[in-house]
Amino acid sequence: MNPNVLALLPEIILTLTGVLVMVAEPCLAPTASRKPLGWLAVLGTLAAGAASWYQLAFGTISAFSGTIQVDAFSIFFQLLIAAVALVTLLGSLDFFEGNASHAGEYFALSLFAAVGMMFMACSVELLMVFIGLEISSISTYILAGFRKGQATGSESSIKYFLLGSFATAFFLYGVALAYGATGSTTISAIAQGLGASATPRMAFLALAMIIIGLGFKVSAAPFHVWTPDVYQGAPAPVVGMMSTAPKAAAFAVLLRITFSGFPEMHHRWAILMWILAALSMTIGNLGALLQKDVKRMLAYSSIAHAGYLLVAFTALPREGISAACFYTAAYAAMNVGAFAVITQVSGYSEQARSIEDFTGLALRRPLLAGTLSFFLLSLIGIPFTGGFFGKFYVFTAAMHAGHAWIAVIGLLNSGVACFYYLRLLAALYTRRSQARELAQPDHVLSHRHVSLPAEAGLTLAVAATLILGIMPGPIVALAERAGLATIPAPHLLAPPDRDQAASLWCTQHPDECNTHVDTANR
Amino acid sequence: MVPIAYYLVLAAILFSIGVAAFLIKRNVVTIFMSIELMLNAVNLTFVAFAHMWHQVQGQIFVFFVMVVAAAEAAVGLAIIIAIFRTRQTLNVDQINLMKL
Repeated sequence: MNPNVLALLPEIILTLTGVLVMVAEPCLAPTASRKPLGWLAVLGTLAAGAASWYQLAFGTISAFSGTIQVDAFSIFFQLLIAAVALVTLLGSLDFFEGNASHAGEYFALSLFAAVGMMFMACSVELLMVFIGLEISSISTYILAGFRKGQATGSESSIKYFLLGSFATAFFLYGVALAYGATGSTTISAIAQGLGASATPRMAFLALAMIIIGLGFKVSAAPFHVWTPDVYQGAPAPVVGMMSTAPKAAAFAVLLRITFSGFPEMHHRWAILMWILAALSMTIGNLGALLQKDVKRMLAYSSIAHAGYLLVAFTALPREGISAACFYTAAYAAMNVGAFAVITQVSGYSEQARSIEDFTGLALRRPLLAGTLSFFLLSLIGIPFTGGFFGKFYVFTAAMHAGHAWIAVIGLLNSGVACFYYLRLLAALYTRRSQARELAQPDHVLSHRHVSLPAEAGLTLAVAATLILGIMPGPIVALAERAGLATIPAPHLLAPPDRDQAASLWCTQHPDECNTHVDTANR
Repeated sequence: MVPIAYYLVLAAILFSIGVAAFLIKRNVVTIFMSIELMLNAVNLTFVAFAHMWHQVQGQIFVFFVMVVAAAEAAVGLAIIIAIFRTRQTLNVDQINLMKL
């Protein structure tokens, strides 16, 4: 197969499915169910995931004159994005039934957003990263305001749009400065150019700008202000997707740019990341304590989780990247699951918003309440859940690099986080007071039966969270392969390290050893 | 010939004006315009550096930025219309249904 086609196989499949869904939507009768389109989207996502898995056998694929690089790292994130999209689509198949919405467009836009994120994961040229970022962002801007009639929906959309574009401008300015400092926008060429760069200060400014731009996308404090409003106003399944997949993609880009684009400045940007991580964890957890709205609370919790993830950036390259990859997977599984439960509980109109509305859920819908409790426990980081191992790896990695204080801050924050997660958990298992029962007979919670596909999606999320918590081995192995794929190749390192790094590279990467030695000799 | 530094300083000033306007202005459309100003400052930087390095790469980047900015404008203006329909205002201080 042509390497260019092979490298972009998952994206091509998703794009074609998306176009097909879009074309098919006006062909259906206006009153007809849009569910077949949803199934089509699900099939496309499954095929894209399978294609990503298929690519794993080929080692590193470089395509489109070196702008796309498909390796274990990008495949890890692509599989993750496909899985998140799958859970979201399964959960929203019945979400739009019975109300005159444009469900077909919803499915198409979700697919296009996934294409953009996958593009981000496999690009090693900042121009491609930018295009992927915009494909995913523009789709999610629209998805955020999908309930057009609702004022909160369009408000969340405009806030997401304005701050997202603001962030993109920062990212672009960073790219422009990096181009000026090194003469290239390819990540590996930037790393090479840094050594010869006459303006290291400008290069660092460029990196700082890029970190600001991507910091907005991953909602790291102090660039988090949009997150609570957007998550509160957007439909629950969309929030499940946009709080996990775009963040995973942005973290993939950030890992590539920092660890393989600016390896020589590690000690300088590690401090930046340290500060961002400490701020995000603290502001996220303290902010969540004050919230009454469940989605808003989970928005602050996602800021805190971005902080935990940023801790991994202070670690040494190999360990840090694998820890970050694992944490992204664990976070994606539990967060998309939590929002999938909220989708089922509150339905399309989303009248159940506050923690009080969720009181007594366990009596009415024990299974859903149990699932939500499981995800909340995982978000806390209780052992036997993915959240526990995620935190464990991240903090160990930071300790090994000598950043004990950030681990201490992180652990203290995990303690604070218990409080608000447990408050929601306690509410689920509390009987509603008699007065409240009389004042507001139970019509806030959706009575709709959980459909089979939604059950399948929830089961997938639960299984993923559980497996990551009980036997993380295979995923850790994949994350470690991903980590190795991103560490700068030996020919980019300074001469004294070179032999050592080359031997490490060859022991870890037997199949790619020769190719890199060739490049080094050239 | 005009030195490269002049272009870079001009671009930095334009970018700063864009950031300041984004933070100060209260009308959604004006805020949107300030984002466009920031993007154009980036474009100017790219072109200046492309000239400095004697490459076309930077100029190609500018075309992509323009295309994407156009796509963004299409979506952005649509969202602005949607918000005007539901709220009858474009003042960001009044678009505040969701607060702590």
